[in-house]
Amino acid sequence: MPIFGPGFFQSSPVQVALLLGATVSVVCGAVGVFAVLRAQSFAGHALADLGATGGSAAFLIGVSQLWGFVVACALAAGSMQLSGLQRPRSRDVATGIVLGAGLGLAALFLYFDTTVSNATGVSVTILFGSLFAVDPGLLPAMAGLGAVSLLITLFLFRPLLLSSVNPDMAQARGVPVRAVTLAYLVALALAVALSAMAVGAVLSTALLIGPAATALRLTSSPLRALLLAALLGLLITSASVVLAYDSYYWPPAGRGWPVSFFVVALVFLVYLATELPRPGRRRRGA
Amino acid sequence: MFSGFMVNTWVAGTLVAVVAALVGFFAVLRGATFLAHAVPNGAFAGAAGASLIGVNPVLGLGCFALAGALGISWLSRRGRSDAVTALSLVLMLGLGLLFLSLSQEYSAELFSLLFGDVVGVSSSELVPVAALGLVGVVAVVLLFRPLLLSSVVPEVAWARGLDPSRLELAFLVVMALATTMTVPLVGAFLMFSLMVAPAAAARSLVSRPLAAVGLAVLLALVVTWSAIALAYVSNWPIGFFVGALGALAFVLSRALAARADRRAAGPAPAAAPAEATA
Repeated sequence: MPIFGPGFFQSSPVQVALLLGATVSVVCGAVGVFAVLRAQSFAGHALADLGATGGSAAFLIGVSQLWGFVVACALAAGSMQLSGLQRPRSRDVATGIVLGAGLGLAALFLYFDTTVSNATGVSVTILFGSLFAVDPGLLPAMAGLGAVSLLITLFLFRPLLLSSVNPDMAQARGVPVRAVTLAYLVALALAVALSAMAVGAVLSTALLIGPAATALRLTSSPLRALLLAALLGLLITSASVVLAYDSYYWPPAGRGWPVSFFVVALVFLVYLATELPRPGRRRRGA
Repeated sequence: MFSGFMVNTWVAGTLVAVVAALVGFFAVLRGATFLAHAVPNGAFAGAAGASLIGVNPVLGLGCFALAGALGISWLSRRGRSDAVTALSLVLMLGLGLLFLSLSQEYSAELFSLLFGDVVGVSSSELVPVAALGLVGVVAVVLLFRPLLLSSVVPEVAWARGLDPSRLELAFLVVMALATTMTVPLVGAFLMFSLMVAPAAAARSLVSRPLAAVGLAVLLALVVTWSAIALAYVSNWPIGFFVGALGALAFVLSRALAARADRRAAGPAPAAAPAEATA
């Protein structure tokens, strides 16, 4: 069986999927490095789950779920900043309870989506997405949002790095930590919304955290980690599109495997590969 | 509302609430909120896999919840624990998606596993769910003191010869048990609300551990029973009511605690004589 199935390069859904995957994974790789450095995986995941609430509400009022994701993520990020809970443990509990309420609301909206507007499969689209199902007309808007997110991250690279690693020293050096954090949360919200479009709201953490966490295990230089994360994300999404295209010929036959599954599985495997013992590295360390 | 198949729901709901509150109390105490969110999603994959190959869902739920909990704890010890938890969580969700997309009843099954199903507990599942529930309660009661000690003052627990990694393991197994029984009824996403919200609400109202556990169980029962009744009457997904009522309980308890604090801080001298006369 050939790696690239017949018609792979001529198929326009494939081209859209590849382009979309590339955009999203580059943005997520860059923003994700800071999410991992700031230990904000849970916050990023909560943003994504609350995005599901926005996405399902947008569907109910007949707008593309992209705008629901963007609005819900931005609102959630803003309130996270405003609530200003400092102790991590109580912050986690409060985040978790808001997340639970948001998911409950998402359940209700999805229930209305399926019963009132009679749209079956909308739960799957919003929660688990599919690179093949994104409306190509949304590509320019998504590229624009991605560019904003990427520019914020690159523009604020140094102050953001300092305030992520050592907030006290950043304050002492005159970095406006609150403003930088707020700008970063905007970038994070946009990245999560884009990722939610690509692999679905509840799986979007995969693209945000996975390549970044892997890159940070391989290199200690933040800039190199950022580039590596973007590259890994790009490779993972492209490989997933290829595999999903091929999977139409796989058992139990007749139906393709979901592309979001391949993204998540590859992200996890690539992370797991950094766990493998590296004899060269170890000998040098000993 | 109390007839026929709904009996299963009420019995399972009651057990689920008790176990979830007990486990949730320790999840909040140990700061394992994210873990409590992740493990039920593993159970979701298990249920989906079981329905694909046609075995009893409780078996699939149990295996995957346990594997998820142990896998996360194993990987966390070697890397950034929150990133590992997030990645394992999405992997399990992705597996669940794959299993469901390969099986027949795609959308409906997915929705009820994620957001709960008020008639999600069939008669063939009730006995294993009840047995698991009793095991969970007994385990928490047996582990109560050592777990409390190692959660609050790990150094003292260490000095008394309690092995923290073994306790962590026991806690993970109990959490996996609890999620196994909850997912068919409350749903993978909202199980977490039922664990964390009543426990966090109770902790902000009372500080004595035993009283807090009791209050957490009571709150979880009220939340679950109301959610079942409301879902039955309105036909809306039960997960919505669990999430909303859990958040409501938490917000109310926070407001009550804040008011009590303010009263204690405000007219303190006036209160003193009254106490003396009493």
